[in-house]
Amino acid sequence: MSHLAIRVEGLSKRFCIGERQPAYRTLRDSLTDALATPFRRAWKLFNRRSSDAEGSKETIWALKDVSFQVKHGEILGVIGRNGAGKSTLLKILSRITPPTGGFAEIRGRVGSLLEVGTGFHPELSGRENIYLNSAILGMKRAEIGRKFDEIIAFAEVEKFIDTPVKHYSSGMYLRLAFSVAAHLEPEILIVDEVLAVGDASFQKKCLNKMEDVRKHGRTVLFVSHNLPAVTRLCGRAVLLEEGTVLQDGPSHQVVGNYLSSGLATTAAREWPDPSRAPGNHIVRMRAIRVHTEDGETTDVVDIRKPVAIEMEYEVLQPGHVLVPCMGFENEEGILAFVVSDRDPEWRRRPRPKGTFRSTAWIPGNFLAEGRLIVGAGVLTEDPFIIHFDENPAVSFLVVDSLDADSARGDYAGRLPGVVRPLLQWTTAFRTY
Amino acid sequence: MEIKVSALDMKESGPVFPEEAAPLLRIEPPKGSVSLGLREVWEYRELLYFLIWRDIKVRYKQTVLGAAWAIIQPLFNMLIFTLFFGRLAKMPSDDIPYPIFSFSALVVWTFFSNALTHSSNSLVGSANLIKKVYFPRLAVPVAAVLSGVVDFALAFVVLLGMMSYFRIAPTWNSVWLPLLLLLALVTALGVGLWLSAINVQYRDVHHTLPFVTQFWMFATPIVYPSSLLPEPWRTIYGINPMAGVVEGFRWALLGTDTAPGPIIIVSAVAAVALLVSGAFYFRRMENSFADVV
Repeated sequence: MSHLAIRVEGLSKRFCIGERQPAYRTLRDSLTDALATPFRRAWKLFNRRSSDAEGSKETIWALKDVSFQVKHGEILGVIGRNGAGKSTLLKILSRITPPTGGFAEIRGRVGSLLEVGTGFHPELSGRENIYLNSAILGMKRAEIGRKFDEIIAFAEVEKFIDTPVKHYSSGMYLRLAFSVAAHLEPEILIVDEVLAVGDASFQKKCLNKMEDVRKHGRTVLFVSHNLPAVTRLCGRAVLLEEGTVLQDGPSHQVVGNYLSSGLATTAAREWPDPSRAPGNHIVRMRAIRVHTEDGETTDVVDIRKPVAIEMEYEVLQPGHVLVPCMGFENEEGILAFVVSDRDPEWRRRPRPKGTFRSTAWIPGNFLAEGRLIVGAGVLTEDPFIIHFDENPAVSFLVVDSLDADSARGDYAGRLPGVVRPLLQWTTAFRTY
Repeated sequence: MEIKVSALDMKESGPVFPEEAAPLLRIEPPKGSVSLGLREVWEYRELLYFLIWRDIKVRYKQTVLGAAWAIIQPLFNMLIFTLFFGRLAKMPSDDIPYPIFSFSALVVWTFFSNALTHSSNSLVGSANLIKKVYFPRLAVPVAAVLSGVVDFALAFVVLLGMMSYFRIAPTWNSVWLPLLLLLALVTALGVGLWLSAINVQYRDVHHTLPFVTQFWMFATPIVYPSSLLPEPWRTIYGINPMAGVVEGFRWALLGTDTAPGPIIIVSAVAAVALLVSGAFYFRRMENSFADVV
């Protein structure tokens, strides 16, 4: 208890739908309603079943009985789909909106960043906006004065500091806004999606700043759609789904689980019922899984480490030359590559009846970060027959590290490409 | 939202970490009772200062005439009133030149009506802030009212200039002027708190406001003197707090002999009632602002 920074107990929030969507009512709304009501009633006569949902007091539980704890110095990631309740949770913890039930306890000065540049006024200069925005975020005037030069330097807008921000480029605007936010020094920082801004070099600065925050032993609650960032920055993550906590654990596991649940494929699958397994009368799939060098099944793979895809299949009819093969697709649906089994032992050699297990090893420092969807099948090359082709079969997430020893080096932004090999480089140098 | 801040009892919790000295914040569903939370507003006084400062800075940006607008508005009203009510309708003016008679009232009335309009629209105008940051919401309408004081000061200087032109010296009773201004401020804030909170839910306020202020202006002795009314009615007239303010202004500055004591007392009571009720209503509605605005 004494080490806790945040304790959330049974937190719930109910919205009346009428309160949420039509943000405000005017007389005109009421008049339109009055005109529309007869039609809606007529519609209801034809659609009896929907009448239950028509009650004017319809409510939504944005959060329902959410409980978790955050220790001092911990970075907790909160993930979940749109509408899962992440924003509502942050708004309650930031005291912007009150809960309907339960409670939360926070120990320490809270700074919350639900948006960068809140309260920026386009007519005011960069200098003036720094003061205004800092005050809005809860900084004292003396504190702002002390950090002023640092804020400008971080944002790289020295030259335009007395220009109204409406003349700023969007990049400059965001840099200034984030810079103010980054110099907020609360004991507990609540952050929503701020890393989604700015160009790549600025994003790296932001990630480094978050690292700093962690090194200073501050507590961070970090909500993001940027799953690689969550796995990189957070030790622990909470997965929200329809307002409840679905999973709370190490961020790699939670992120992996979240991804696989979204796609309904996982790092391991089995077909216990042979009649439903992919295959034909010659060969049939039994199981497939993604595992590490230690043989541990995993959803999340370090970009630097090799990963294995292991498939188990049963040969039902002897005497066929069989070639297991796999295809790897990324999240954008781009096929990264296909491979087929070139194990010399079984090359052009008819297989007997029995259970086989074929494993393909993908080297470390080869795939780009992101999710990969694996399709797996067995075929015969001559004559060409596809016995089965299960796609998607499994999926896994490759995460890059910030340790600077992968191919990304010191660059923390988004890197394109489906592969990310760590190549050997040579440099020739001649001076004039 | 009920917020309790309590320092932790250190003896109770074994090993002492620096963090444990930090206050504990408890976030719970709102309870029935409402406190005004004035202490918290005080803690956020720097934000209040910056909000006022922003309003003043931004108000006349990108206008050709700039701060002159603060003077033009009451000045043109004065010209029109002098022409129609003073010259054509021969309205009595307590033996004071009609331009001064109307302008002295218009200076404080313009402050009031602008303060009322700005504060009523202030929460809706700050919707973005309210949905993203926590701070005592009272700061928003309060800042909107206070930022108008600068405009008032400018118009007041013009009034003094006009008085010297008409060779009217301010009386010693002018020391009461700040209190009368405070009365106008309290009235504007009281009504502004009500209307800004209602405006969050029903934007009809925004459309009703110009009509209300115009009606209120003619219900206030600006173009005519309250001495037109016989006595018991004149004091009752003070229920409109601006009647007390305007009469008080003329008395303090120009020395009209219509001793406005009773009317000002009635006005002060009415203004305080408006402010207190407005503040409680505002606090009660405050919790839903972020969800509704």
